[in-house]
Amino acid sequence: MAQVNLRNVVKRYGALQVVHGVDLNIDDNEFVVLVGPSGCGKSTTLRMIAGLEAISGGEIVIGDRVVNDLPPRHRNISMVFQNYALYPHMSVRENLGFSLKIAKKTQAEIDQAVDEAAEILSLTEYMDRKPGALSGGQRQRVAMGRAIVRHPDVFLFDEPLSNLDAKLRTQMRTEIKKLHQKVNSTIVYVTHDQVEAMTLADRIVIMRDGHIEQVGTPLEVFENPANTFVATFIGSPPMNLLAGRVSKDRIVLENGLDVPVPGQFSDKTHEGQEVILGFRADNLMPVGHAMPMGGASAELDMAVTLSEPLGTETLLFTSIAGKEVQAKMLNPRPVAPGERLSFQLDLTRCHLFDAQSQNSLR
Amino acid sequence: MDENRHHRLRARTLKGLQLFALFIAMCFICIPGLWVVLNSFRPTVEIMAKPPVWIPQDLNLDHYRAMFGGVGEGGVPVLRYFTNSLIISVTSTVIAILVGMAGGYAFARYQFKGKAAIFIGLMLTRAVPGVALSLPLFIVMARTGLIDTHIGLILVYVSLNVPFTIWLIDGFFRQVPVELAEAAEIDGCTRWQAFWKVEFPVARAGVASAGIFAFLTSWNEYALASQLTRSTFSKTMPVGLRDFTSEFTINWGGMCALAVLMIIPALILTFLVQKHLIAGLTFGGVKG
Repeated sequence: MAQVNLRNVVKRYGALQVVHGVDLNIDDNEFVVLVGPSGCGKSTTLRMIAGLEAISGGEIVIGDRVVNDLPPRHRNISMVFQNYALYPHMSVRENLGFSLKIAKKTQAEIDQAVDEAAEILSLTEYMDRKPGALSGGQRQRVAMGRAIVRHPDVFLFDEPLSNLDAKLRTQMRTEIKKLHQKVNSTIVYVTHDQVEAMTLADRIVIMRDGHIEQVGTPLEVFENPANTFVATFIGSPPMNLLAGRVSKDRIVLENGLDVPVPGQFSDKTHEGQEVILGFRADNLMPVGHAMPMGGASAELDMAVTLSEPLGTETLLFTSIAGKEVQAKMLNPRPVAPGERLSFQLDLTRCHLFDAQSQNSLR
Repeated sequence: MDENRHHRLRARTLKGLQLFALFIAMCFICIPGLWVVLNSFRPTVEIMAKPPVWIPQDLNLDHYRAMFGGVGEGGVPVLRYFTNSLIISVTSTVIAILVGMAGGYAFARYQFKGKAAIFIGLMLTRAVPGVALSLPLFIVMARTGLIDTHIGLILVYVSLNVPFTIWLIDGFFRQVPVELAEAAEIDGCTRWQAFWKVEFPVARAGVASAGIFAFLTSWNEYALASQLTRSTFSKTMPVGLRDFTSEFTINWGGMCALAVLMIIPALILTFLVQKHLIAGLTFGGVKG
């Protein structure tokens, strides 16, 4: 068990810089998820922690050791790869025991550790099969088993679920979370799937273009996104964003429609400021199909262009100031395209971003 | 109904034609070989008969007996030739495989300056017919005193085989995902251990097939060997075949008998390694 500290970590490939001075402290036993669109540098960051990529600048500390130039085998980490990377010529048992064999443990020790891992991951009946004879989910479990037999300081997961089908992915997600509770260890997990990030993480690190955009608990980044990128990346559907200008305590949207500046932002805006109003679908609901709203709200009358029934709720597509926005309808009833509904916008849950910097005004 | 019958008939006819074409092709490939084997058991009279005797009348081991017999009775130093062939083919194959593995791995895994140019250069050497090199090779070997030695032929075969083994092994290492070696390194292996314990076993099918090709090339090569060998000390089996030609006659039966002896080890090796080939081709450690 150990903490992981990244201090101003930089990665360059020739003239191309892909990671720009990442600072991150990961606590002992913490489950941290690096999330971001492809090419954001999350996998590179993980591979630098693993020692599979050399770092071009900065410092990586695992436990109390600086590991900058240590090869992977001296970092006491284990890693689960996106494509599993099981050794195809070895049985499941040999795959699980490989690292211990390399470490020259006795056969008895190996057997005990392997059996224990197999037990945790319900692999006992597949022990003599080759990886080729396993299903995707089983292979994924073997890959995890291979990681836990060594009792490493840190587990690294590189998009481990992206090759599984949707149902299996949900199932394995739960298993990974359970595994973390069982083996109690530091985990750094990379994914591009924000749902995975939200459900698994103690803390989420959102990355873009080699920079960290925000670090926080899943609720923090959902409730208080630091900028418009985080606001649209975290949460499904993405946050609705509308450009406008502050004028006399109101936000005038592009087509002249205006809503009051939410109270929590009233002393953070100034006259004439270009802003972006953000709100989630959950905060724009048709009257009579909404959650009770505590504070200030605005009422908007709009035509529905499309509805997507999801069972317990229906997602409604409509437009404000010429821009498509999504709203949610609780206790849904069928809605025909073109039907006009009166919507309630919960101003207390709205976000306001500076149009220039795209940062939250909170 | 008629339409269905029409299509069924068509499919059957096509299948029949396909089998017939396959039969013809196999005849072209197999009959010369079978004819060699058959002739090695037939008396010279029957071999030379015109029109040819298709159904053998009299099969015996006379040619084999004569071949292993004394010099005066049409015997040739078969064992000596066999040993020469074996030493030269095995040694050159082992070297070509070692170099091919190092080269193939480098081309598959590493980026370096002039990679494409070097690769194309290696492949271009394959475009030169081996026999075109016989005179320059002869001169070089004569100057260095390597004429009529095992080492001389081994060097020639290594240089003939290396571009091919590099190309073949490169292709196989490309199919081995990089993550396997990375996983091994994280599991505690050094770079070297990761190669020998993980990458090599996974790619061994490719190495084995490269090995077969290299071995067969050396084992069967005639043109260069006939120039660079002189005596029983270094003559290989293909060159030994010439012992059956004299000023006015050719002992076809004896030649066929020696050819059969030549084919047997190659066949055995191919069968042995073939099993290995199939076993090695079972990828599945990574999502395909």
